Amino acid sequence: MQKKTGIFAWVERVMRGLFLVCGLAAIGFVLFITGYLIAAGLPAIREIGLIPFLTGSVWASTAAEPQYGILPFILTSVYGTFGAIVIGVPVGLLTAIFLGKMAPPKVRGLLRPAVDLLAGIPSVVYGLVGMMVLVPFVREAFGLPDGANLFSAIIVLAVMILPTVISVSETALQAVPREYEEASLALGATKIETVFKVTVPAASSGIATAVVMGIGRAVGEAMAIMMVSGNVANMPGLFTSVRFLTTAVASEMSYSSGLQRQALFSIALVLFGFIMVINLVLNALLKKNRK
Amino acid sequence: MKKILALALSAILLVGLLAACAPKEAEKVSTDGSTSMEKLMEILREVYKEETGVEVTYNPTGSGAGIEAVQSGRCDIGLASRDLKPEEEESGLQGTVVAIDGIAVVVNPENPVSDLTVEQIAKLYTGEITNWSEVGGNDAPVVLIGREAASGTRDGFESITGTEDACKYNQELTSTGDVIATVAGNPNAIGYASLSAVDEKIKAISVNGVAPSNETVQNGTYAVQRNFVLVTKADGSLSEAAQKFFEFATSAAADEYILQAGAVPVIR
Repeated sequence: MQKKTGIFAWVERVMRGLFLVCGLAAIGFVLFITGYLIAAGLPAIREIGLIPFLTGSVWASTAAEPQYGILPFILTSVYGTFGAIVIGVPVGLLTAIFLGKMAPPKVRGLLRPAVDLLAGIPSVVYGLVGMMVLVPFVREAFGLPDGANLFSAIIVLAVMILPTVISVSETALQAVPREYEEASLALGATKIETVFKVTVPAASSGIATAVVMGIGRAVGEAMAIMMVSGNVANMPGLFTSVRFLTTAVASEMSYSSGLQRQALFSIALVLFGFIMVINLVLNALLKKNRK
Repeated sequence: MKKILALALSAILLVGLLAACAPKEAEKVSTDGSTSMEKLMEILREVYKEETGVEVTYNPTGSGAGIEAVQSGRCDIGLASRDLKPEEEESGLQGTVVAIDGIAVVVNPENPVSDLTVEQIAKLYTGEITNWSEVGGNDAPVVLIGREAASGTRDGFESITGTEDACKYNQELTSTGDVIATVAGNPNAIGYASLSAVDEKIKAISVNGVAPSNETVQNGTYAVQRNFVLVTKADGSLSEAAQKFFEFATSAAADEYILQAGAVPVIR
């Protein structure tokens, strides 16, 4: 008896230690990445100057007289993400409502795996389909010389954030207590009225979480939009060829050197800053949700 | 039963890890760089593998990336579709010309234009001419397709047309294949790509009345051409296997393969 207890206690300690190490490793990775990005991104910012870097509207990293203003990239990422949210969130939310509240079981059985499949498609495939199908379509439909622009990128991003928005919104909607809906229906409201006036407002912080997660995915996307956005460092316009923060880093990293490479790290640092802010907002929302 | 099956499958998968432990004789030569040199490298690699059994890997990342890779030691031989710049040579690299390649100026097959002067091409790319009708084509806007800033093809094209830092691209793509696919998909697009990569999807136009072909590239009458260069470290630290491949690629024996790939051998 004594021996058995002794071994179990020892196994306890070892496992606890193992879990601690895994947890510390996870924190370690995040700290390391943060620290490395800051260390790698500061030198260029110091040399170029924080204000000229963030507000300069010309990016010409390989010109004879290089200029490193990333305002076009920041604005493009902001507009692109905003556009993707404006299209993706209503479609996603309405799909979630349909899935959760109104779909007959057979349709639900078809729709849910379809949404899950959409979540699993690799970004490169989105980019390829976008390049082969969406870009010519946008070109014909709007009579433009070329279909690779911010608009095409927004469409691709909207489709990519759909699965995230749909599944998180659906979870939030399911979490609304049935009593609320039943009370509303008992008072004479129709099902649609109940959904839009009772369920959705009750699930609002969960839906806000879905939106923030969608923003997070859209801001970080590089591969898919590189093939449909034209990749020229212009100030953003709906039908102009643009470059995002992510694609700016992706397209120049492999051959850059010197100040150009450091500037790319600084772009990555700015992107990292965006994601941090988004995550802080998400955490604040989750805390409010749990209350 | 299920447990045993799971364990057995895992064991089989683990054995797969050993596939990476290749025998000592199968040495590898790694090359990295120009996407224009893809056809050439494909043929040379295949022939070399047949003759010697040595595997040569090719990573299409673009001329600038290839030069950077050989500089930092990530590959044995860098591939550039342009000559080395003075600062690159100063940093300890040397370039050996392995072939000459024409840069085809390509348009969509539906485009009626089939000949342009170098000045017209320059004006198209700097935005001075914005409509195809000004150069004898349809009344349609010109869509300018180009490569990313480190591309050897872009460097060659821009230096010959005199449009460095002045091109107003609609799209900056990252490989020769992308340029061809994009021009093939847009009736008003114009782009530039390695002559060896041109196929029926697009039309290569004549420049100054000279159509691009092996002869006109070799005798210099086709103006838009540049060198395919093998980049190595000047201190001679090339591995034995890589050195053998290097000698094969720059020997007269490789000339027929260079022609097969659509490039032009160097006049010896």
